[in-house]
Amino acid sequence: MEITINVKRFNPEGNNAEHFFQDYTLEVEDYSTVLDALIKIREDIDGSLALRCSCRAAICGSCAMRVNGHAKLVCKTKILDVSTDGSNFITVEPMGNLPVIKDLVTDMKPFWDRIRAVKPWIQPDGPEPTEEYVAPNEAMLHLNGVMGCIMCGACVSDCTVLEIDKNFLGPAALAKAYRFVADPRDAEDHERLRAYSEYGGIWDCTRCMECVQVCPKGVAPMDRIMGLREKAIEIGFDNNNGSRHTEAFNESIRNSGHLDELRLPVKTFGMGGLFVLGSMLNVPAILSNIPNLIGMLPVAIRAFRRGKVPPMIHKKIHGYEKVKNIFEKMESKK
Amino acid sequence: MVIGAGLAGLRAAIAAHNSGSNVAVLTKVHPVRSHSNAAQGGINAALSHRGDDWRDHAFETVKGSDYLGDQDAISVMCREAGDAIVELEHMGVIFNRDETGHLGTRAFGGQQKARTFFVADFTGQAILHVMYEQIMKAGIQVYEEWFVTDLIMEDGECRGALAFDMINGELQAVKAKSVILAAGGLGRAFEPTTNALICTGDGISLAYRAGAPLMDMEMVQYHPTTLKNNGVLLTEAARGEGAYLLNANGDRFMSKYAPNMMELASRDVVSRAEQTEINEGRGIDGCVLLDLRHLGRETIHEKLSYINEVSMDFLGIDLAEQPVPIRPGMHYQMGGIKTDVNGATTIPGLYAAGECACVSVHGGNRLGANSLLDTIIFGRRSGEIAALYAKDTADKKISESIIAKEEKRLSEIQARPDNGDSPAKIRLEMGTTMNENVAVFRTEEGIQETRKVLENLRERYASVPVQDKGRIFNTNLFATLELGFMLDCTETIVAGALERKESRGAHTRLDYPERDDANWMKHIVINYTTDGPKIDYQPVTVTEWQPTKRSY
Repeated sequence: MEITINVKRFNPEGNNAEHFFQDYTLEVEDYSTVLDALIKIREDIDGSLALRCSCRAAICGSCAMRVNGHAKLVCKTKILDVSTDGSNFITVEPMGNLPVIKDLVTDMKPFWDRIRAVKPWIQPDGPEPTEEYVAPNEAMLHLNGVMGCIMCGACVSDCTVLEIDKNFLGPAALAKAYRFVADPRDAEDHERLRAYSEYGGIWDCTRCMECVQVCPKGVAPMDRIMGLREKAIEIGFDNNNGSRHTEAFNESIRNSGHLDELRLPVKTFGMGGLFVLGSMLNVPAILSNIPNLIGMLPVAIRAFRRGKVPPMIHKKIHGYEKVKNIFEKMESKK
Repeated sequence: MVIGAGLAGLRAAIAAHNSGSNVAVLTKVHPVRSHSNAAQGGINAALSHRGDDWRDHAFETVKGSDYLGDQDAISVMCREAGDAIVELEHMGVIFNRDETGHLGTRAFGGQQKARTFFVADFTGQAILHVMYEQIMKAGIQVYEEWFVTDLIMEDGECRGALAFDMINGELQAVKAKSVILAAGGLGRAFEPTTNALICTGDGISLAYRAGAPLMDMEMVQYHPTTLKNNGVLLTEAARGEGAYLLNANGDRFMSKYAPNMMELASRDVVSRAEQTEINEGRGIDGCVLLDLRHLGRETIHEKLSYINEVSMDFLGIDLAEQPVPIRPGMHYQMGGIKTDVNGATTIPGLYAAGECACVSVHGGNRLGANSLLDTIIFGRRSGEIAALYAKDTADKKISESIIAKEEKRLSEIQARPDNGDSPAKIRLEMGTTMNENVAVFRTEEGIQETRKVLENLRERYASVPVQDKGRIFNTNLFATLELGFMLDCTETIVAGALERKESRGAHTRLDYPERDDANWMKHIVINYTTDGPKIDYQPVTVTEWQPTKRSY
């Protein structure tokens, strides 16, 4: 069949080095992948087209790029699957959130800097055993899922947080971090989770699911980030906005069946103690978070003006006891 | 300096670093993009405390090699294998375990015992990524996307390499007291192949041109289970876990060819059997079938998930539901740069390890799961010895004109008129011809014909145009240089295949169907001359195991 591929190009050595789109029309087979087509363009039509590719079998991670706006590993993307509207027209661009070197080749340095930042090597405790470490097979099989990450960068390309905050460690690095926290041989959980809980770490994910969607290897980075959050709270790193936010959600739904939107930001920023009877006042946290709360004021004022302030008195929903039952059942299962 | 960042290169770099050397790794792709990734099934080791014996592993490797492997080298590899596995585990490799939490094993071809350690069916990737973790931990400098165009040779010594920094578009002369070539295989010289696009024989050609002899080049492994359209590999572990090979009649035909080991005979035997079935009309559309259905969905999911992903992606076949058509496909080069058991070549300061090297531990046919072992053992050994050599070597000058000379060569290539055949076209012609005539079955006639084709291609290669006139990330220029490397490789493969007038291991000559120990139990060694490859011989080292008739 005949298809047209619209490639976003960039020549850093050109007279006016700007991005532009170029159409290539070519014959492909029904089973051809987008990579097959790009290689054909490079070999037969335009030798100057630059892209990275190597294994052709979704294991080397070289060929992540955006196809019709979403990050994909093009060696495992069939043309038929991305031109379903029958137009036989596909747009290919370099990955997002990374600088472009030439055409479809991005600068992976920021990607690897983030990976290095999570200390991505095993740190066991004490002297090495003479034989292997003994570890349950289930734990190793569980790690297979994360170890399957080929570092292609698709998740980083489409991460909506990285788009606005380059300080975020990002899905790939945090999934890699999970691989060590979940590894029974690694003894640095405490220090790792402390570091990952800081600004730019696990609490900066907005749970948009984009990384889960685009990951070509089923690593589900966001789920790993959630796993890290759970472990961080378990281990006691709960004095931060993220874990307080989570706890505030949890508490509100558990007790009333729906979200107390008025108190959510307050609790998130660490003044929960003022409002919840019976809990301890956390004075240092309150003091450190006063600027955050003041920062929320303009939003609160705008909401008030437009009549969007949630009710002062938070009522329980009808049948909230059943919600409570669900919580209790889940907790007993743990 | 280490050239190449697959498992052999990274392991060499770590060993040299641990020996106190200041190490640089030069690689044309980021380390985790290397082709070691593609090793699926596992890594062999006989652990004595589990009732296994490295001598059994060594014997089966010798037998697998069809008695062409050097037994001293094979003994080194198999003896050191157990420690290497434990070391990899300590580095963080997430090997699959047994019920007791100890390392689990699976069965693999050509071996009576299950001694293959594995991570599902992406063992290479799992080890490569961990090895790179260790590189990051050690802070070893990796020059990513630096394409090596030539070795720096002065006074008969190797003193570094010329490399093109692909991102900045600059040619650099990198001086080093010792150089380890770990640049991988040459699979792209065949079409199709299981190999990645980067496997273009760079290291083999660089060493050959520099004057290092190549050995066993005629020994090219065809893997029994590859996909027809694109040559993508389905691991031997499928058969290790119990999968069947069936012909068009639904028969497990291996009973005819290897009644004891059946599907788990060594790779050359299985590939010949498949090709015979296909040639005699019992294939389906040029393929036979690999049947995993009886293994069940759970085993496939737990241990063979990657090949199921590949079958689904490329053919829409769910291995739990349907057998998959496969055929023998070019997979591995047993031969390469001749080295001793420490990776030393005949050139002072130049070492080689991994697929580009020939120690020779694989001889006429490599056993599955011995390639990862080869990279780890001989990567480490070459790293240690190259570090020692560097310590004892004074800092030497390199001539200042070399950069200008290489610049001139490259710009002349880039300046050629735009009217010759593209590098892709020449590569395709080379690859398909090799795959037709220098494959599972070979004849004098076919090899001679290939030789003529290659001569013609080399002439046309001289006027291959480079469309991309830029300096930054010019993959067009690199494809052209890679084609030159591959033409050197195929020329030596053909020379070796023509010379060896017997059938041994992967080299089956229909005109000389028997193994001939009296005349041919020797390595073919090839030296570069301006008049073409010059043939020499080297005796096979036999320590314990005298050649006997080989059956599975």
